[in-house]
Amino acid sequence: MGTSLQHALQIYEAGRSGKDVRSDCRVAFLPQDSGGIAIELKSRVGAYYGDSIRRQAQRTLDTLAIGNCRLCIEDEGALPFVIAARIEAAVKKSGIVKLARALSEAVPLPPVSSKDRLRRSRLYLPGSEPKYFINASLHEPDAIILDLEDSVHPDEKYAARILVRNALRSVSFGRCERMVRINQLPLGLEDLEEVVPEFPDLVLIPKVESAQQVADVAQAIAQIQRTQEHTRPIWLMPILESALGIENAHAIATADESVVALTIGLEDYTADLGVAKTVEGTESLYARTRLVNAAKAAGIQAIDSVFGDVGDIEGLRRWGENSRAVGFEGMGCIHPSQIPIIHDAFAPTEKEIEKALKIVSAYDEAQREGLGVVSLGSKMIDPPVVNRALKLAATARAMGLLDAREASK
Amino acid sequence: MTQVAREVELARNAAGRLVPVQANGRHQRLYAGVGQYQPTGSKAAPPVRSSRDYPASGDKRVPNIETALRLSGLRDGMVISSHHHLRDGDAVALATLQTAAQMGVKDLIWFPSASFPSQAPVIDLMDSGIVHHIEGSMNGPLGDYCSRGKMRGYGVLRSHGGRWQAVQDGEVHIDIAVIAAPTADPFGNATGSVGRSACGSLGFALADSIYADHVIVVTDNLVPFPCIPWQIQGNNVDYVVEVPSIGDPAKIVSGTTQITRSPDRLKIAEYVARFVRDAGIMRDGFSFQAGSGGIALAFVDHLRIMMKDAHVKARFVRGGSTRYLVELLQEGLTDYILDGQTFDLEAVRSIATNSRHVATSPFTSYNYHGKGNFASMVDVAVLGATEVDSEFNGNVVTHSDGRLLHGIGGWQNCLAAGCTILAVPSFRDRIPVIVDKVTTLTGPGELIDVIVTERGIAVNPRRKDLLEATKVSKLPIRPIQDIQREVFQICGGAPQKPQLTDNPVAIVKWVDGTVIDTVWQVRS
Repeated sequence: MGTSLQHALQIYEAGRSGKDVRSDCRVAFLPQDSGGIAIELKSRVGAYYGDSIRRQAQRTLDTLAIGNCRLCIEDEGALPFVIAARIEAAVKKSGIVKLARALSEAVPLPPVSSKDRLRRSRLYLPGSEPKYFINASLHEPDAIILDLEDSVHPDEKYAARILVRNALRSVSFGRCERMVRINQLPLGLEDLEEVVPEFPDLVLIPKVESAQQVADVAQAIAQIQRTQEHTRPIWLMPILESALGIENAHAIATADESVVALTIGLEDYTADLGVAKTVEGTESLYARTRLVNAAKAAGIQAIDSVFGDVGDIEGLRRWGENSRAVGFEGMGCIHPSQIPIIHDAFAPTEKEIEKALKIVSAYDEAQREGLGVVSLGSKMIDPPVVNRALKLAATARAMGLLDAREASK
Repeated sequence: MTQVAREVELARNAAGRLVPVQANGRHQRLYAGVGQYQPTGSKAAPPVRSSRDYPASGDKRVPNIETALRLSGLRDGMVISSHHHLRDGDAVALATLQTAAQMGVKDLIWFPSASFPSQAPVIDLMDSGIVHHIEGSMNGPLGDYCSRGKMRGYGVLRSHGGRWQAVQDGEVHIDIAVIAAPTADPFGNATGSVGRSACGSLGFALADSIYADHVIVVTDNLVPFPCIPWQIQGNNVDYVVEVPSIGDPAKIVSGTTQITRSPDRLKIAEYVARFVRDAGIMRDGFSFQAGSGGIALAFVDHLRIMMKDAHVKARFVRGGSTRYLVELLQEGLTDYILDGQTFDLEAVRSIATNSRHVATSPFTSYNYHGKGNFASMVDVAVLGATEVDSEFNGNVVTHSDGRLLHGIGGWQNCLAAGCTILAVPSFRDRIPVIVDKVTTLTGPGELIDVIVTERGIAVNPRRKDLLEATKVSKLPIRPIQDIQREVFQICGGAPQKPQLTDNPVAIVKWVDGTVIDTVWQVRS
């Protein structure tokens, strides 16, 4: 204990340490009246990055304009963006600093995400668990979700928000769409203040029951974007998790033009209905198909819930195939091992592709010859069938399923 | 205990590493490059013995280890050897050294085929002068002791093949070999396949049984002559000691070996298997070697599915055998398992009952002084490493902070395979695995062909054939510098250099007995 601690000792903490913790650190901030800065570091990687961590801690305190304090860091191999976030969160919990941000080093932004891009799989990453962030994209989900809602303990909400903000800046998520699930409003509005300036591609809004909630989020985002002068689109995906939400599905889907998909949260939905959630999903079939219909009516994507049993690969496959059959275009995942299974389940079958390509080529031929009617052999093909084939071929191409065929041409 | 400071003459070897020219009173040859050193002369041999000096009844039993050591002429400075097939469950090596301590000898040299954390009490024996130093792998607390410069002699790290080479060319003369045997007869025939302490193969003890002056077999499962099949021949054995227990069966083999659950490591395993397939190595009649680590096991599992899909069968697989290799054998996906050591219960059962699951030794598999060995006939070997560098050099003995933490095992020997793949995460915690220059050179880059990480695959530019073969593959094949740059960017720059002194604490031998690098004392 420092000798200058005459006042009641106040400690502000963020992050976690311990034998079983990896890639995180616990920071304890003790504000002082005088005496300058004392940094105490205990690090699993001290022999490799001890000097660098000390320098970073000093820099971060400078940025936050802290001149006197004790800062204790117990580090379990946290990467720089995590260390910065933990220090900032600990310092800000003291209330001494309100607005300053200790932003971590930025990596280049990925290309802008398109409204109707593939969203077969979205991998949930708990926003307070940095160890999952850095390699998430290696498993090639279509999207990752930095989750600030249900997977984050209420005590960690504040620190997680800052961590997620830094992750958006500093972690390369490859070709994944970068989604953030905010908390329910009004807490979610504070999440937006922190993350919107770091260009998430999409915001998931939990427990949506009315169009107004979506409009509120869209407005909040627009306001932050105006002050930041950034125009990169931030898409919205409302999560319907109650009977009322399902009833209002179409209004929610059309609440704002930035809504690109609807999805459903089955744990809460079945709880709301007061029924058990089963692997067959009979109890939620109505809600899910109703959601699909509303989404399609609004011209947006319908995305299914997660499949909770990581060990049940066959169950997941069946769920995914049924899901595609009723019109969903993707689902959530809670473990990387679910990703390839889901991609398989949502891929058109070989037979479907074969048939679609034949129709597409007949269509191309008809176009070339200026014919109004597309025919295959002696059979005339109706326009909706042609449209579906064109769409399916485009999807298959986006999924990389035509690579082999097109390479051999 | 004071630290041991030495006046050492150093020289630079062909790999550019500074190494001591003398170690443990013996002149050392400097590493000269792969296949450059050609030894001459005759092999070492144990003293001539006569069967008239051994009981005609064949009963060589003596009451205890102490009697056996006394009859073997135990005295100061002797080399005592042991094997590590019982792994962390072994009780015999420690009991032998502690018995020797009670008998009042000092300055012994312990020559294990590997050491384990449960043998940490040897530290006390070194502190009290009974054991002078260890020539063999040093893990955990023993490695730490050596790294801090507390051992009086140099640690000498050898590969499994290098240990055989050192015995056979006389670099190490074993005075007394103590062989823990899960089953033995009174004549000294012994096997590891059966008994309640069954461990499978006893291959690591074979050289000791042939070349030591005195050979003691210690067993907790004595059977009447003959012990069938014998892996150790009684004709090489002086004394047999029956004890209540040679070790803790729970630590000898794992109940079941486990595939890694880490998604990132599974990704590495998947890349390795796809590389083996896409490079055309996986073809009918091929062979591979994989260890018992989580990534290696997952690799075997992936490869098994790919082999089935492609209707491809291996002629033989080598390993560290586990239930995953046994599965291949049972499904007819390989004709044979050539087993160097046996890791789990399923593999122990298999080696005892399946004639296509065969125990091998470092002589058949790895020995530099053999007229060839199996290692170079293996098509692909999948190995790990603590560090690799952009020249594809590998380190398996120290961590990046310079601390000695692992033995070489068969790693150096396996580099002779047609294709050597190191399967490693690109960083652990925050510590990059691809470094500018490996802390301790254990394997030269010219023998390391592929580095597979979760962020991409680097193929050694020397292997144009592999690069060509995988040109159309969808695998993320990238220059090693590219992966290194990415990792440094993630980790926040290059790590600090290790804090090392200029005091050597151990030497690392290449497979031919030359010194390839030095382990330096760490600054405390």
